[in-house]
Amino acid sequence: MAVSETFAAASDHLFGSAMAVYAAGMLGYAAEFSFNRLGRRAEAEAFDVPAAAAARKEVPALVGAESAEGAEGAGTVVVDPAAEALAAARDREQARKDARAAAAAALADDGSAGLGGDEPPTGRARWVGRIAVALTVVGWALHVGSVVCRGIAANRVPWGNMYEFSSMLCLIAVTAFLVLLTRAHVRWLGVFVMVPVVLTLGFAGTVLYVPAGPLVPALNSYWLKIHVVAAITASGVYLVSAVTTVLFLLKDRWENRLADVAAGRAEASAAMRGRGGIVMRLPSAQALDRLTYRIIAFAFPVWTFAIIAGAIWAEAAWGRYWGWDPKETWSFITWVIYAAYLHARATAGWKGRRAATISLLGFTALFVDYYVVNLVISGLHSYAGVK
Amino acid sequence: MTELTHEATRTAEADAEADAAIEAESAAEAAETEVIGALTTSPDDRRRAAGTATLRRSRPAGPASTRPGGATGGASPGGGGPSERQTAFWRLVLPLRRAWRQLTSMRTAIVLLFLLALAAIPGSLLPQRNIDPLKVQQYLADHPSLGPFLDHLGGFAVFGSPWFAAVYLLLFVSLIGCLSSRVTWHAKALVGRPPKAPARPGRLGGQSWATGVEAAEAVELAAARLRRRRFRVATAPEGARTAKGAPDHSVAAEKGYLRETGNLLFHICLVLLLAGVGLGSWFGYQGTVLLATGDGFSNTLVSYDQFSQGRLVNVGKLPPFSMTMTNFHAAYEPNGEPKDFEAMVSYAPDLDTPNRTTTIRVNHPLKIGNAKVYLIGHGYAPHFVLRDAHGGIVWAGYQPCTPRDSQFTSTCTVKIGDAGLPATGPLHTPQQLAFSGVFTPTTVLDPAQGYVSTYPAATAPGLTITAYVGNLHINEGVPSNIYALDTSGLKQLSIGGPLGPGRQAQVLAVDNPKQRTVTGLPNGMTLDVDGVREFGTFQTKSDPFKGYVLIAAVGIIAGLLLSLRIRRRRIWVRATPAAGGGSLLEAGGLSRSDQDGFAAELASVIDELRAASPPVAEPEPTPAAEVAAEPASEPPPSPAPNRQEP
Repeated sequence: MAVSETFAAASDHLFGSAMAVYAAGMLGYAAEFSFNRLGRRAEAEAFDVPAAAAARKEVPALVGAESAEGAEGAGTVVVDPAAEALAAARDREQARKDARAAAAAALADDGSAGLGGDEPPTGRARWVGRIAVALTVVGWALHVGSVVCRGIAANRVPWGNMYEFSSMLCLIAVTAFLVLLTRAHVRWLGVFVMVPVVLTLGFAGTVLYVPAGPLVPALNSYWLKIHVVAAITASGVYLVSAVTTVLFLLKDRWENRLADVAAGRAEASAAMRGRGGIVMRLPSAQALDRLTYRIIAFAFPVWTFAIIAGAIWAEAAWGRYWGWDPKETWSFITWVIYAAYLHARATAGWKGRRAATISLLGFTALFVDYYVVNLVISGLHSYAGVK
Repeated sequence: MTELTHEATRTAEADAEADAAIEAESAAEAAETEVIGALTTSPDDRRRAAGTATLRRSRPAGPASTRPGGATGGASPGGGGPSERQTAFWRLVLPLRRAWRQLTSMRTAIVLLFLLALAAIPGSLLPQRNIDPLKVQQYLADHPSLGPFLDHLGGFAVFGSPWFAAVYLLLFVSLIGCLSSRVTWHAKALVGRPPKAPARPGRLGGQSWATGVEAAEAVELAAARLRRRRFRVATAPEGARTAKGAPDHSVAAEKGYLRETGNLLFHICLVLLLAGVGLGSWFGYQGTVLLATGDGFSNTLVSYDQFSQGRLVNVGKLPPFSMTMTNFHAAYEPNGEPKDFEAMVSYAPDLDTPNRTTTIRVNHPLKIGNAKVYLIGHGYAPHFVLRDAHGGIVWAGYQPCTPRDSQFTSTCTVKIGDAGLPATGPLHTPQQLAFSGVFTPTTVLDPAQGYVSTYPAATAPGLTITAYVGNLHINEGVPSNIYALDTSGLKQLSIGGPLGPGRQAQVLAVDNPKQRTVTGLPNGMTLDVDGVREFGTFQTKSDPFKGYVLIAAVGIIAGLLLSLRIRRRRIWVRATPAAGGGSLLEAGGLSRSDQDGFAAELASVIDELRAASPPVAEPEPTPAAEVAAEPASEPPPSPAPNRQEP
């Protein structure tokens, strides 16, 4: 089973090129962010309205302050006392209507509508964004080529050691992002997904790199294709969910601060005044929360299947389906924490920030399961391949 | 002011209804989310939700009504009815009930899940006895004070320890308690009807339009369309009345019960999985045995080198199969990496059955009844022949050597208890022979390291050997390791061989008849190492409940997919007869689980309903304020069709 040198070299070159193109795409997404002026305008309106409302007697609490709905609450300044009372009453009515509309909308609307689809960027930003997406697709194709060449070079499926796992995992994460792009307007997610992808690929290509070679006999089973594919797929998708969770936490904090500013409880920060914040341009926290939930709801059954397939394989290879090997233990811990996340999402009072914290804990466990168990703790699963 | 009054009145009325509908839905949703984990909320939550008590009483599948020994009516908060609760019986039962409700609540489940994850962490960081007992010994030796303390806490057997068991048992008790009530609730929901339509379903993200079709007929058409989409439909019966006394023409439709069914299937299969694992550990056994080529074993306690069984296993009644290893073949890559191992065996599945032959290789065990025999390791066993001065054989046998590295450099120990040497000393201390050596399958003389093995296959087998004489204590009833030699009480002999006479160690070439004899042993004895066979280590594992665990695992995945992908949603249609023929149709809906895709589905359902009961041409839509400004002598005309509220 000789290793084909040309394909191995091609795989390495394609790997490097894919990384470079991903990095260029990442810069493109970041540029789109900074060029995006429309976001600034909508934020400005939303920001000014609460400031004007604070000047009156009653301040209606605005729901969804930074979308176009917030602009509804603006009215005229009243002079005549009777008219003032009337206007105040109208404001209260309007505020109640808004709250009710928002509640009804929240109960009945489509999750993806809030993901920035109503705010298309214009001109320069849009072109930069499109170029970034094109670069991502090109990088994805190069990455696929790298993985395929590696498989041909080693004459086996290309996921047999940590270098190859990392490469496949990043491929899955980018695929998940591209699939999401086709279904919702999530280009803003680009830079935030590309950063960990490029970092992981960099780490894999430098520290974890091993030349293409055959598998150890214990891994030589068709279960390798089933169990490891499922584990890598779930891990790649969990990576995307971790990114959206972090974005949710940032946006949630920002929205709370905006509500404080609107109610007059806090001063506007320099970022709010200058409308230069990145967080301002992300979709609403609720949309981010729902996106995270959908991603995790996709990945959780895949992860469950990966664990069960691993148990079946372990039974065939080692004679027991569960032995509390460190890898098995940590994948179980990750499973339990993501199960806690799904429970928390269904419990009143645990949605929002608490659930997001649980999601981050789950990703930490996944990180430990992947890097720490392979490189630090040794067990039956030490197929890291790293010398 | 008239403006405001009219608007206020109309708005207030409509708002009250919308408020009621939305509040009902969100309260029901809140109640249901609390209920998803456990069927009852804690007393605090129920006091907080006391405002919705009326709603809960009207729901047929009220949570408290399914509680065993629950109070009548059930929906009142836990602190109500002082006259009932004063009796001693209730004073005993109430705290227990509260504790049970706390245990089966969703919050407890989340906390217990976290505890389970936390409890599993030390099991992965500390060495565990059942995985690597040598590492545990090493840890205890390295940490003389911390080690025994951790041992007391069960740190080296975490997953069998009482505190780990406490966490998962508590979690499963909570799960079973919650499951039992939730299964009943779901069964009632499956048998009952979807909840009645609110007064203005159009406010729930839907639409309203005037149509020429009469109210009763419009409702029938809507019901038919919804039924075609596989909704569960409940039309308000003939002669039903709304709260205001008007005839009630409405349709309530619900879909997505499989979500809850999948959820229950998932959790029930979790319980079955745990039961299968537990039963498997009680009725399962495993044993290891080392077989050199030509050796065999049978499935009895005495045959195994190591054996452990579950509590309820009858060791006297193990399935009587037997097996002999006839050949062993190992294949290696040119660079020494292992390629494949296979053992050719001949086995008999039962006492009187004929022998069958097969091959056992890594990842491909031999299945005999409920047990499986795995090939887990291999090594080399050189053949030692001890001859006396006349050439007669004193002792001969294949002695397995322990592999030490990937090139199969192995350490050999031979203990010969009766070599015919006379006892010495006043205590008649027996004189026994022992040999200790290093076996190298492909021997190469390295200038720095001496004789090393460069390839795992036995292409040029060699043995570096030393000899000892003395009391090995093997006849004294004290167990000792047959693969290790304690040379402290022994005298090392000067032996002759290929390297010349009188040396401490000799290097034998097993394939060369002229270079494989050790001389200089007491009484003129010689030792020949004239062949080498391979041995395999086999492990028999039996777990009679494995299959059930697998079925439970498949059920887990199926339940998970159903519960996460299917949405539970409700759609309502209400028709109000309009003055002058025709009716005003309103349709709207709500998704009880996550909302993606529901708006699209609702829109397509409404399009179908509009096709069934087409809207009539309307006057230009007017803003609500102007309409209300006209003197209202009849109910206001239908507002312009729109998606949100007017």
